[in-house]
Amino acid sequence: MSARIGVVTFPGSLDDRDAARAISIAGGEPVALWHGDADLKNVDAVVLPGGFSYGDYLRCGAIAKFAPVMSLIIEKAHQGLPVLGICNGFQILCESHLLPGALTRNDHQHFICRDQKLRIENTESYWTRDYSMGQEIVIPLKNGEGGYVADEKTLDQLFAEGRVIATYQDGNPNGSYRDIAGITNSRGNVVGLMPHPEHAVEALTGPSLDGLGFFTSAINTLVNA
Amino acid sequence: MARVVVNVMLKPEILDPQGRAVQGALGRLGLTGVSDVRQGKQFVIDLEGDLDADRSAKLEELAGELLSNPVIEDFTLTVVE
Repeated sequence: MSARIGVVTFPGSLDDRDAARAISIAGGEPVALWHGDADLKNVDAVVLPGGFSYGDYLRCGAIAKFAPVMSLIIEKAHQGLPVLGICNGFQILCESHLLPGALTRNDHQHFICRDQKLRIENTESYWTRDYSMGQEIVIPLKNGEGGYVADEKTLDQLFAEGRVIATYQDGNPNGSYRDIAGITNSRGNVVGLMPHPEHAVEALTGPSLDGLGFFTSAINTLVNA
Repeated sequence: MARVVVNVMLKPEILDPQGRAVQGALGRLGLTGVSDVRQGKQFVIDLEGDLDADRSAKLEELAGELLSNPVIEDFTLTVVE
């Protein structure tokens, strides 16, 4: 059996094909999902890819959260469906209140695109189990509004409960509070990550193969369930 | 017809890099003594007919759900005519 993982395409999604490719390389079966269809095609998990859904109009992810496919994903995520939101997908998860906080404009005002070192801070979530605690990885980062913000109480709670899944190392690229690169919900099935693991799964095009672990974590868990 | 104006601003504790860039530009263009600039959004919403209690409540709800993100923004809603 192979895990069926849906990848949602919104108007303005950019990285849906790379996400689908990463799922294949990791041993899963990618399933294309369309923003306008209230149909999850019986997938076992969902990836919300990077890009600029609805042109980033209003706020990044603000309009995507009302897409027909999202109402299903929000409902199922509350019931335990594994969901990984990358970059714009992370923004959508925050706007949908599946994850706390919000992503705001980079503090230095510039779009940034570079290979970024991260430290894995959680190996319990659905999407980070194949990493080891404290492991350092390098994957691409590209965002204009990637600064993670939340109030102090929420930040304290995220760290106390081990819900920060990765932090930026060797320099904070966007002003994220407490160097947060990604977080998970209390159940560990929903993960948001600003950098792009789907761009680090092949030696030809990526800085490393370090991104594969996010996809194999979910796929191995699903297959062995 | 009714017109409703919704103003959305980042909460005071949230950094506003755009406002800061505008502040810098104002200084470079010769305006002295600018101590702070915050950039927000304004929505001007025209409605057919009178604004009844139901639509007023719906507007208030959507101002907090769609037009602003309560995690990082505050809004004010004003009926102007």
